[in-house]
Order: sequence, then C-alpha cells, then structure tokens
Amino acid sequence: MRTYIARRVVQGLLVLWLVSFAVFSLVRILPGDAVLMQLDAAAAPTPEQLARARQELGLDRPFLEQYRTWMSGVAHGDLGRSLITRRPVTQELAKRISLTSHLAVMSMIVALLIALPIGVLAAVRQDTPADYVGRLGAILGLSLPDFWLATVVITFLAIWFHWIPPIGFAPIWQDPARNLSQLLIPAVIIGARLAAVSMRMTRSSLLEVLRQDYVVTARAKGARERTVIVRHALKNAFIPVVTIIGQQFSVLLGGTVIVEFIFLQPGVGSLLLDAVLLRDYTIIQGAVLFFAVVIVAMNLLVDLSYSWLDPRIRYR
Amino acid sequence: MWRAVALLVQRKPLGAVSAAVVCALVAVALLAPVLAPRDPYMFNLDDRGLPIRMQAPSATFLLGTDPLGRDVLSRIVYGARVSLIVGFASVLIGTLLGTALGLVSGYWEGSLDQVIQRGVDTAMAIPGIVLALAVMSVLGQSLTNIILVIGLVIAPGASRVVRGTVLAIKQQTFIDAAHASGASASRIVFRHVLPNVFAPILVIATVWLGNAIVIEAALSFLGLGTPPPTPTWGGMLSGEGRRNLETAPYLAIFPGLAISSVVLAFNMLGDALRDLLDPRLRTR
Repeated sequence: MRTYIARRVVQGLLVLWLVSFAVFSLVRILPGDAVLMQLDAAAAPTPEQLARARQELGLDRPFLEQYRTWMSGVAHGDLGRSLITRRPVTQELAKRISLTSHLAVMSMIVALLIALPIGVLAAVRQDTPADYVGRLGAILGLSLPDFWLATVVITFLAIWFHWIPPIGFAPIWQDPARNLSQLLIPAVIIGARLAAVSMRMTRSSLLEVLRQDYVVTARAKGARERTVIVRHALKNAFIPVVTIIGQQFSVLLGGTVIVEFIFLQPGVGSLLLDAVLLRDYTIIQGAVLFFAVVIVAMNLLVDLSYSWLDPRIRYR
Repeated sequence: MWRAVALLVQRKPLGAVSAAVVCALVAVALLAPVLAPRDPYMFNLDDRGLPIRMQAPSATFLLGTDPLGRDVLSRIVYGARVSLIVGFASVLIGTLLGTALGLVSGYWEGSLDQVIQRGVDTAMAIPGIVLALAVMSVLGQSLTNIILVIGLVIAPGASRVVRGTVLAIKQQTFIDAAHASGASASRIVFRHVLPNVFAPILVIATVWLGNAIVIEAALSFLGLGTPPPTPTWGGMLSGEGRRNLETAPYLAIFPGLAISSVVLAFNMLGDALRDLLDPRLRTR
C-alpha cells in the first residue's frame, strides 16, 4: 500500500511538472502580452517604452530562464506576482479559492442529497413509475444547460420577487445568512446537473451489484431486503459513484466560471478568465497549477477509497 | 440496418423517439433554406421602413423578432446547422484521437502506455476554458477552431474509456487464440480488438454530441463562440437573449429550449444504445 501511494505521488508530481511546463509554454504562445494589454493602444507607446515595461516584468529574459525562476519560486511556495496588479499570486488566489470551494462543496452536497436516495430508489424499484420519474428527472437535469437555467432563474426572481442575490462574498462562518442567500441558488443550479450524473451512476452500479451471487446468497439466508441493500450491495456499488464524484469535484472547481459570471460572484474560474484575457501569465500559471494539484490529489483519494469500499481491492 | 431500427423500436421505444428527433433535427439543418420562413440575417422592416424590433411571438413572426428585427424562428432553424456541425465534427475528431491513443496505450502497455497516460493526465488537468481561450486567441475565433477545441477536450476522456475496454478485451480467450494462430499485432488490434471497442465508443459519442452542443453554447456565452452574425443557439441566448431578459424573455427561452431538447434527445439515444449494447444492463 505504501509503495503504491509513493508511486502515485511520484506520478502526480510528474504530471504537475508537465502541467506547469505546458501552461507556461501555452500562455507564451498567445498573441500579445500583459504589457500590450495594459498600455493604452491609443497612446501609441514607443518601442523603447514597451521594451522597458517588458524588462521591468522580466518578460525580456530567455524562456527557459523565466521558467526556471518561476519554478524555483513554486518550489518555495511563491507563485510570483500578478503582472497586472503586482500583488502576490497566492494572495489573489486565496481570496477566490474561498468562494469557489464554498460553491463547490455546497453544490456537491445538494447533488448528493438528490442523487443518492433517488438513485437507490430507481435501482431497487427498477422499471416502476418511481424509476421512470427518477430517470427522466436525471436526464432533464443533464440536458438543461446550467448557464441557461441560471439566467432564467435570476431574471424571474428579479421580475417576480424583485430580489437579486447580494454582491460581495461572505464566508459561511462569518455571515451564514448572507452566504446562503448568495450561494444557495447557484449551488442548487450546479448541483442539479451534478446530481443527474451521480444518480444515473448510482442506479446502474447498484443494479449490477444486486445481480451478483453474494446478494442472492444474502437474500437466500433470509436477510431483510433493507439489510441486503444497505449492508451488502450499497458499499460495493459506490465504487463507480465515488469515481464520478471525484471527477465532478475537480470539474466543479474550474467549471463554475459561467455561473460565477452570471451571479457576479468572483471565484477562481473568473479570475482565470480575466487573467487569460489580460495575458496575466503568472495568475494563469498559478490558477492552472492550483486546479492541477486539486485534480491529482482528488484522483489519488478516489483510488485509495476503493480499497476501503471493497476490501478485495489491494494495492501493491 | 432495418433490423437494428426494428430492435430499437421494439426494445427501447423512448430511444426510438429520440433517434427520430435527432433525424428530424438533421433534416431541419439540411433543409434550413426551405424550412425557415425568412432570411435569418434580414432586418424585417415595417410600413415606415423601420426594423420590427423585439416583437413578441405572433402569427407573422411565430417566435418573435430580435432587437435588430430578425426572425427568431428562422435564426433557430439555421442555428441547428451550427450546433450539429460542431457536435458531429468535434465528436468525430475527439473520438478518433481518443480511440487511437486508447488502443495504442491499452494494447502495447509498457513505457509507451506510461508516456501516453501521463500526457492524458496533463491534458485532463488543464481546465477546458484555458485551452479554449488559448486556441481561440492563437488561431482566431471561428467555427473550425471551436470544433478543434471541443475535439481536444473530448479526446483524453475517450482515450481512457477505450484503454480500459482494451485492457479487459486483452484478457479474453479469443485474443490468446489469435496470438496462437500467429496473427500480427496490427491484425489483432484492427480485426479483433477494435470491433469490440466500438460499442462503448458509440455510447460515449452519443452523450458527447449533447455535451459538445452545450460547450459550443457556453463558449458563445463567454463571447468565445462562433462570431456574429452567424446564427447560433448559444449566441442568441447569451447575446440578445440575456440583454433583454426582462423585456423579451422569449429571446432567451426559445434558443434555450432548442439546446435542451436536442441534448435531451442525444442523451436518451445514448442511454438506449448503452442498454442495447451492454447485455449486463438489460432488464430481466
């Protein structure tokens, strides 16, 4: 097990290094740079002014030297400074991560509260009206684009109830009422879509497990149906569900950008979007690296949870 | 072919309905010039020669007009073309690339597999939005580049599914038999492995068709989609639809419904195909 974890951590570090190099190169292929984006084109800066500005930001140095400087900072926990605001990238990210993680966790809670009971019910009552309604609901949830749903909901709330979510984020431990009034609606909208995916997976995975011999044995031994499902089937059925949840959580951290945009909530997604538009290289690199760390860590946690869920799975 | 259709109708009536919806959509896209009541780019003028702006749905304009006086129904009919082209082309690129990578990675394993898998990990760890912005900024905003971006987003996930299936198929006795009979590696891959990978690929492709249409709409929403004045559902929703939500909600509701119903049809078709092609999921 330890060898397995060590190997996975090394692989993870390799992926992070590859991501760092890929994103560092990718942003430098983009036409224009932070200097051009900041300077007023109408003021027609002279080539000398442009060169001086690039020199100040260190953008005139050779590619590999810039990469080495950045990576040695990363190794010491310093992601550099924003090329636009000149504030430390870690500081800029920390401000946004709070909101994004609140939104992601709340959406995930909403999703699981909807998905698990309905998924189990749909599997246990396969091909009954409960199953059909559950499946139809899930497929509808998958088909309604969240940005469309968000736009429609926010408009109708404004028109019918003259209510718009407050602007400016407050963490839940500081002001729970304000936090919920800001994040509950976006979390329900994002959660509904996630719920659809998890519910379908719960249903199909539980259906498969319920047909296995050991479940038949449990039933034959006279175990109550409830015990068969909760004690015997559900834990094994959770493996693909946990995989999907892990994948979704990673997608969530980066994928809330449109909903953040509609609800005027500044998270990591919108920070990244603005940074790409302004060619703020250091912010892009920092944000992408943050996403990559979360994704790599999440994949590892998901894989490790398998052996807890199903003791037959052993890592060597 | 007809037997497959009969099987679908008999076993999965909902899947058959969604297949019919998809076929109807293809027909609408192909016959757009015949079916659209008006020119989607034309500013419709009233008697005084002024554009008929934001007229609510009526007998003349079934789904109303937009702020420039263009017919919403005609724009939705033409928008089907963009959505379908983006859907089919990006899924084709994504699954072809994904299948090639997954086949090589799963069949040959070893160090080549490690290299490909770390590449896939890297691609999956870069948010799609960064990739989209980067490609659009470098190559310019166009329909072809949107297709390329969505294809690149699909490929890594598809390669994982194919690799997993290939690893499972390799354990089967018929592959051992093929080896024993002296078949070459490429013959085994193309004649024995590939046909067995086809079912999962078809299922992912159908679901991804819906996702690709949503991604195209989302990119338009962020201002990175197909440039105007080409009518696209995402563009209609995010542009005139979002700006005039309070006064003319139909401008956002109809394109949104178009996207949702097409994605719904693709998802239901994907479900029906999965149930038909995966014997383990068949109802007892």
